[in-house]
Amino acid sequence: MLIRRPAAILPSEITTAKMYRERRRFMGLAGSLALAGTLPAGLARAATQPLGSITKSPLSTTESQTSYKAVTTYNNFYELGTDKEDPAQNTHRLKPAPWTVRVEGLVNKPRTFGIDELLKLAPLEERIYRMRCVEGWSMVIPWVGIPLTSLLRLVDPQGSARYVEFISHYDKTTMTRGVLDWPYNEALRLDEARHPLTLLALGLYGEVLPIQNGAPLRLVVPWKYGFKSGKSIVAIRLTEKQPVTAWMKAGPSEYGFYSNVNPEVDHPRWSQATERRIGEFSKRKTLMFNGYADQVASLYTGMDLRRNF
Amino acid sequence: MTPGKTSLSAIKAALFLLCLTPAFLLWRGLETDSLGANPIEALTRSTGEWTLRFLLITLMVTPLRKFTGWHWILRLRRMLGLFAFAYATAHLATYVWLDQFFDWEGIARDILKRPFITVGFAALMLMLPLAATSSNFAIRQLGGRRWQALHRAIYPIVLLGCVHFWWLVKKDITWPLIYTVIAVALLGLRGWWREQERRKQLAGGYLPQQPKFEGKVIKIFAR
Repeated sequence: MLIRRPAAILPSEITTAKMYRERRRFMGLAGSLALAGTLPAGLARAATQPLGSITKSPLSTTESQTSYKAVTTYNNFYELGTDKEDPAQNTHRLKPAPWTVRVEGLVNKPRTFGIDELLKLAPLEERIYRMRCVEGWSMVIPWVGIPLTSLLRLVDPQGSARYVEFISHYDKTTMTRGVLDWPYNEALRLDEARHPLTLLALGLYGEVLPIQNGAPLRLVVPWKYGFKSGKSIVAIRLTEKQPVTAWMKAGPSEYGFYSNVNPEVDHPRWSQATERRIGEFSKRKTLMFNGYADQVASLYTGMDLRRNF
Repeated sequence: MTPGKTSLSAIKAALFLLCLTPAFLLWRGLETDSLGANPIEALTRSTGEWTLRFLLITLMVTPLRKFTGWHWILRLRRMLGLFAFAYATAHLATYVWLDQFFDWEGIARDILKRPFITVGFAALMLMLPLAATSSNFAIRQLGGRRWQALHRAIYPIVLLGCVHFWWLVKKDITWPLIYTVIAVALLGLRGWWREQERRKQLAGGYLPQQPKFEGKVIKIFAR
């Protein structure tokens, strides 16, 4: 079998001139349409469009980024289909605008946010994060978003709030039925949710978040397996009790509440010691907390991570 | 309809090419980088699924023959079985080479520790003696009955293959379920035939047909 050694820069990582021009043209078109007022602002943004001024973050990795194509065609977003290629092909099943997010539960100022409000809540930052899937593959993705903590501050969590639950959009008329208990939900401990690394992402590669990546807004928790980062979020709920998440319901022995990336704690059915970085030929060793141990290990001092998997 | 010798050879050649098509398409996919973002996973998954499909196709030969009366299709079965083995070998090769990169210790640990790999590996090991005895010479050496008994190992092999697939998927078991239903139907059919045969024999309704002799019969009496 002929396997070519990948060059230092993979062909797939290079945006072709044609694609580049197409994107430019499309962006220009979307922009002019919005300006002409022929489209509601929200809908225009649903098309691929730049997000405006974005500041770089010192929390970003300098590792080489996974190609835009791979990031937008290899997705786990079961509501849009369970094969990796499905979500990119079924984007019509999710309308990202108009969209609101309810923040509710144990907060003193419950509030519903529109996407425009979120975009102005805090300066948009680019965060280039490693993303490690529980299935054993990984990517490096330039997200754009705001720290989740800036949103939590606005709603003023009550003293009794200990967990933050994230509920994803679900429409049974257009989305996958069965497989998981819908709507998809995920959750973090409040201190995890307030951690500076925890990002509420609204964009990707400097543009509005594509539907298959969880438009219009999703969570990104880079030291946990990818499924912890819920997509297309419609509600954020602060609770006292630890929520039972969709994957915990689906397989309590396989998916725990914490789901921190940990090369020493295997998935019951496969090893987590190594991962394949998408675009690379050889596997690489998985790092503790996905390489974010310096920033997050202190959240778990004294905890048995084998038991709290 | 029974094809003659030449047309059977032509059918076999055509079938051979047809069976190679998935491998060819995968090869092309690798060359043109069109297997998606994770080509190694696509390769592993595809060779595995083709193994299972070829096992099921092989098991379809006998029912098809019984229902249609096309006894000649039995002559195609060996090739189908050997293609199942070929795709299984490619599947193992992608795992050993591309997934584990010849980390024999890791592979041994996987086989012992990961039930889905244990089961898949067992299925492949069971296929070895079948592939090795897929020749006229081997049938002669073993004798038809023993050869047939040995090759019934395809029944547990296909079930192990289904379990292997079932246990490896994360959550959506649609495809493992489809393959398993087909496998169980094909095996169930054989069980049912067996039961019919047993009942027929018990009822005494079964009398072997008197062999027809041609030419002169010389009776031999013991003196």
